[in-house]
Amino acid sequence: MATVLERVTKVVVDRLGVDESEVKLEASFREDLGADSLDVVELVMELEDEFDMEISDDDAEKIGTVGDAISYIESKIS
Amino acid sequence: MGKLVGKTAVVTGASRGIGRAIALQLASEGANVVVNFSGSEQKAQQVVSEIEQLGAKAIAVQANVSDSDSVQNLMSAAVEQFGSIDVLVNNAGITRDNLIMRMKEDEWDEVINTNLKGVFLCTKAVTRQMMKQRSGRIINISSIVGVMGNAGQANYVAAKAGVIGLTKTTARELASRNILVNAIAPGFITTEMTDELPEDIKSSMLNQIPLAKLGQPEDIAKAVVFLASDDASYMTGQTLHIDGGMYM
Repeated sequence: MATVLERVTKVVVDRLGVDESEVKLEASFREDLGADSLDVVELVMELEDEFDMEISDDDAEKIGTVGDAISYIESKIS
Repeated sequence: MGKLVGKTAVVTGASRGIGRAIALQLASEGANVVVNFSGSEQKAQQVVSEIEQLGAKAIAVQANVSDSDSVQNLMSAAVEQFGSIDVLVNNAGITRDNLIMRMKEDEWDEVINTNLKGVFLCTKAVTRQMMKQRSGRIINISSIVGVMGNAGQANYVAAKAGVIGLTKTTARELASRNILVNAIAPGFITTEMTDELPEDIKSSMLNQIPLAKLGQPEDIAKAVVFLASDDASYMTGQTLHIDGGMYM
């Protein structure tokens, strides 16, 4: 079973077309990974599908970095 | 062969008037249609059976467009039944006419909630599906009075003008995902809404229309088919005036 980090990394790589090595915990989707605001919305949608969960608009707004996404998901699935 | 075979369209306020004509016209081009209604279930079911007679598929779904949970249920029902939402037609609308000096706050709120907030909620609810599909068409039914203004309809006019602004913004936000968003501004169209008007008002209306007749619901419905089809793949953010030349 892939870890949350691996699964998030795959979604980010697929969605944003970045190299796996760029997907670091502190990487900001917008500033470091070249996402625009709509890309971030789509990324959150794909994470919802990947982890079969709903992320509210309020929570989604707080997800700015790869690490934010991982710790949010871990807090919900553990 | 129809222009919309295999596509699924959600039409709000489709049990009568312009919405009904839109639902039937989309179906005649082969689309599956979700016939939304708020109160008139019997009429909505009648539209469904007329669509089935045309050889297309349809379901009737009750929903209040100004309520987000209700709207979510409507869109979920559409996806569950047909697997996609390719076209959303925001048509549902009401009137509560009064002069500004006499207009009650409730009259203002009801019209804004259904005619403007309803468009926002339905649009928001389909974007997720359309973004995943990487395609979609949203067609908002505004009104020519939203462009011209009309005494006695401050609430309706404000909502319909708002719909044009919302159309342009939605078009800009979603263009990169191949979701095209346009509006139609009908002039005076023969429906129950206009049938009830007194003769003298009707004749003064006719005097303002270069084509000197009221429009038919089908005149609007055919434009919706155009905007929903591949024929309109290079336009977004526009408002088509279908008003017999009333405003130019």
